[in-house]
Amino acid sequence: MNTKPPVPEAPGSAGGPAAPLLEVRNLYVEYLTPRGPAQAVHNVSFSIGRGQVFGLAGESGCGKSTIAHSILRVLRPPAVITGGQIRVDGADVLKMQDAELEDFRWRKVAMVFQSAMNSLNPVITVGEQIDDVLIRHNRLSPAQARERSAELLKIVGIESARLKSFPHQMSGGMRQRVVIAIALALNPALLIMDEPTTALDVVVQKDILRQIQQLKAALGFSILFITHDVSLMVEFSDNMAVMYAGEVVEMAPAREIFSNPIHPYTRGLLSSFPSLQGRRRKLTGIPGSPPDLVNPPSGCKFHPRCTRCTRLETEAAPQLTEVTAGHWVAYHDGLRLTEAAA
Amino acid sequence: MRYILRRLGFYLAALAVAITINFFLPRLLPGDPAAVILGTSAAKLTPENLRAVREALGLSDAPLIQQYGLYLAHLFRGDFGISYTYFPTPVTKVIANGFVWTLLLGSVSLVLSFALGNLIGIYGSWRRGGLVDTVFPPLLIFIGSFPAFFLALGLLYAFGVKLDWLPISHAYNNRLPQGFNLPFLLSVLEHMVLPATTSVLLGIGGWALGMRNVMVSVLADDYVTMAEAKGLKQIRIMFVYAARNALLPGVTGFGIALGAILSGQVLIETVFSYPGLGFLLINSVNGRDYPLMQGLFMMITIGILAANFLVDILYTWLDPRVRTG
Ligand SMILES: Nc1ncnc2c1ncn2[C@@H]1O[C@H](COP(=O)(O)OP(=O)(O)OP(=O)(O)O)[C@@H](O)[C@H]1O
Ligand SMILES: [Mg+2]
Repeated sequence: MNTKPPVPEAPGSAGGPAAPLLEVRNLYVEYLTPRGPAQAVHNVSFSIGRGQVFGLAGESGCGKSTIAHSILRVLRPPAVITGGQIRVDGADVLKMQDAELEDFRWRKVAMVFQSAMNSLNPVITVGEQIDDVLIRHNRLSPAQARERSAELLKIVGIESARLKSFPHQMSGGMRQRVVIAIALALNPALLIMDEPTTALDVVVQKDILRQIQQLKAALGFSILFITHDVSLMVEFSDNMAVMYAGEVVEMAPAREIFSNPIHPYTRGLLSSFPSLQGRRRKLTGIPGSPPDLVNPPSGCKFHPRCTRCTRLETEAAPQLTEVTAGHWVAYHDGLRLTEAAA
Repeated sequence: MRYILRRLGFYLAALAVAITINFFLPRLLPGDPAAVILGTSAAKLTPENLRAVREALGLSDAPLIQQYGLYLAHLFRGDFGISYTYFPTPVTKVIANGFVWTLLLGSVSLVLSFALGNLIGIYGSWRRGGLVDTVFPPLLIFIGSFPAFFLALGLLYAFGVKLDWLPISHAYNNRLPQGFNLPFLLSVLEHMVLPATTSVLLGIGGWALGMRNVMVSVLADDYVTMAEAKGLKQIRIMFVYAARNALLPGVTGFGIALGAILSGQVLIETVFSYPGLGFLLINSVNGRDYPLMQGLFMMITIGILAANFLVDILYTWLDPRVRTG
């Protein structure tokens, strides 16, 4: 855990003189399970520039939600952050005291949780659940908050009469929109969307994503977009990272990943989903299952499933390296690619 | 509102059924119901005895339907006859008096143990593994597992006899004029301390542990995580987001306990000679006071139904999901 590889300059922040909005550096998160610590997030670094969309992709269980929860510090035991730094707008999130943390939450970073359907309190009206965040952070009176809540609902396309509805009286898509309205209530700098649309049908999914894109254009927030649907991500993100077993294995501008994936895992992921842009690929998927995070495989964690495994894969773990400008990959053959090019 | 009315209809129907069963049950018994009810002592039955019981039960040689009509008429007039043990007070009056004391003692103890138990459960689960969480629930469960009369006698002996801090029997000071005056109300309060404490100690552990366990699972729910992410104040997350949801299963238990108030304090009332319904029930059984017994059973049935109805109303207010259901 002491061997800290060089922190890659995230593609999003490259070039701009201003510091990135979100900077995650060498983040380590473990779940203390009865069998021992499971390394859910292992030395992950990335950053998101202002107004950028950053995608985080990877199979179920690779640690995407864990990273999202770390940024807002809402991880629950048995999770512990064992190392690293998270900076939002320059402020060190992991060092914040309770009061500071409470003010930081939702004002700077808001989140649409993976189970957005279940993230509304069933026993109070949706109106109250928008109001309370406005009253808490903006010190609005209940009447002012109600007015603003009505505006927010309108933004996501729900009539304000619905403020008095309870969550169970709404459809899944509507609840999702309510959660998005709550997330936008304070005009956050960063919006985390953890699989925001997986529970919805494709048409509603598209509709909501389009709406978010419009809102982003109008309000200028950054987005951390989490999904395991890579083709959706490619369409939606500026830059993206592919995670495997708690580690980033490839990171680059989304289009670059789509057109020129290097890591065999990324290639596998891309071939697991039909392209939304209509170009047909043969769906092959990735054989095998994710590794045990308590006793991960030695060397490259992907080697047991790697179809192009060479002798090198079983030796030292490959480091995340910039193979071409802005394209980072943790893959031995990728390294050789660059050496060959040099 | 429609839902509430529907529930009300249901309870009225249940009440009608209970009333009818109360009428038919003695008549379905083989042989002379009065003799059967008098049971083992039947050998020593005197004709007056039999007549009294028959009268109390509304038994006569008239056609069944006519008996039923008479029974209902008496019931609606609240006429259960005259109590033997408190002769010549009408049963209704005896019950009304006992009802006041039982309701007072029962509701005060239930509200106290429900409120305190739930607060301990809420706080304990919030600071899971902390001092409150590790000490209180097991300790209270341990105390609550003592037999009621043992706990009651223990308290009576320690605080009533040894230390002589508190009165050990009855519900108020007989020498004071009854009514809304301070000395009398203080004496009522003083007399309630020991029986109420016994009852609270018996019930509180269950509430605390139940609430704690439901809270632990509610705290893992997504809407609680989201409330935390929203940066809301701890107190709001704890009560409005977590506890309000965790309270829902407890409300059902509260209803059961509320219904049981009327019948469930027999032991405590007996130990402290507290003149409530439980005390009356024991007396009526000992004195073979059938009119009183029948009145008490009717009263307890009504109490349980009313308590359940109250819980339905409470539940509707707490959980919007049942309103449409
Ligand atoms: N409470 C927990 N106790 C132990 N292990 C956990 C716990 N929560 C998560 N994990 C483990 O941590 C790893 C990362 O979980 P995480 O929820 O971050 O995955 P994810 O990438 O968001 O997956 P998904 O796409 O299914 O949402 C998983 O392998 C999971 O098994
Ligand atoms: Mg997840």
